[in-house]
Amino acid sequence: MKYLDEYRDPQTAKRLLEALQRRSREGPPMKLMEICGTHTVSIFRLGLRQLLPAFIQLISGPGCPVCVTANEDIDRAVWLARQPGVITTTFGDLLRVPGSSSSLHMERSKGADVRMVYATFDALQIARENPGRQVVFLGIGFETTAPTVAAAIRQAAAEGMDNFSVFSAHKLLPPAMRALLDARDQQLDGFLCPGHVSTIIGAKAYEEIVSRYHIPCVVTGFEALDLLQGITLLVDQVEQGRAEVLNPYRRAVSWEGNLAAQHLLEEIFEPVDSTWRGLGEIPQSGLKVRDAWKDYDAAERFSMPEIQVKEHPGCRCGEVLRGILTPPECGLFRKVCTPQDPKGPCMVSGEGTCGAYYRYQMT
Amino acid sequence: MCLAIPAEVIHIEDEMATVRVGEALRKASLMLLPEPAELGDYVIVHAGFALHKVDPEEARESLRLLRELASAADEEGLN
Repeated sequence: MKYLDEYRDPQTAKRLLEALQRRSREGPPMKLMEICGTHTVSIFRLGLRQLLPAFIQLISGPGCPVCVTANEDIDRAVWLARQPGVITTTFGDLLRVPGSSSSLHMERSKGADVRMVYATFDALQIARENPGRQVVFLGIGFETTAPTVAAAIRQAAAEGMDNFSVFSAHKLLPPAMRALLDARDQQLDGFLCPGHVSTIIGAKAYEEIVSRYHIPCVVTGFEALDLLQGITLLVDQVEQGRAEVLNPYRRAVSWEGNLAAQHLLEEIFEPVDSTWRGLGEIPQSGLKVRDAWKDYDAAERFSMPEIQVKEHPGCRCGEVLRGILTPPECGLFRKVCTPQDPKGPCMVSGEGTCGAYYRYQMT
Repeated sequence: MCLAIPAEVIHIEDEMATVRVGEALRKASLMLLPEPAELGDYVIVHAGFALHKVDPEEARESLRLLRELASAADEEGLN
């Protein structure tokens, strides 16, 4: 396939890998964090962690949207799904994430109308076909997903729809990167920056982080050669004491990003403080529907009660998301927490770190 | 989860395209694409929206840089 096979070429991959294997380093290992859950999955699929020399440690970051969604937001989604007449629409992997006492999946089996959609325009279509019912779209995702939700809100307004709203629990990644660095619970030496979040926000979005924290950032694609190139460019920078934003994934990411999507985001949403699982409240890291569009904000349309949040005892998803604990170090992993019966979101999602460890048999 | 594979635009009707990803056909809205798309273009698609048109020049350039990196790695190995 075009733009794919050439980035999987095994000969070139072998040469890049051997070059990394020939390197060595005195002192502590170099800790490179892949922010994005899709990177985590690619890295596991390729078995990269075992192939890299011991001095390079890849650490999975908080880049799985359903994983970082706080329990209180899962509980609110469950509450919305329980409201009479409401059709709740969402992308697939949110369904099985357990909240304090229930999940969307459990609500559905008890009769709630919860529907999986491929895209926000499908949720709009459901609203058009069900004029007597309220349709809520659960907006969970990063900068890549949020513009598609903003587009749906604008479309709903253009059509004058009065039965569509969005529960916005979107999150922004650069503030989370800053929070991880501010927390100082581990030394990170470089970031493999997310591929398609960067398509929207542009490589320029990491400039401030690079200059403030002097940490190299490389925008990286998802194929074998992309990852090896990203890792090589980070290792080079760390060894030379440099910290720059590099963007070798230029086939999908420009310096400025997608300005049309950025403008739409700005028009519909405003940044607000937001609570992340594992990372706590991070300033200006969430997106709220602006007042001008509040007719389409589920938080305005429904008066949600205060919800008592209960965390699952023993689930250490939060530490996994911060990269300070690997899944096998959690007492629940593989024993009571499995993809069939997940106790926390990191095991539910296809891109969750625990799920990836489980599927690829990592110990 | 991001779809890592660029998709080929094979049909366009108003702001909605049909794209091919491997063997599969999907719908992709062109509403968020900053530039016009044409048949045969490759786009990055996320959650049913095309977000970026792959620039063939940039793709060629990035492949060239990759090969350069691999060659430099080979030379390093010989020294």
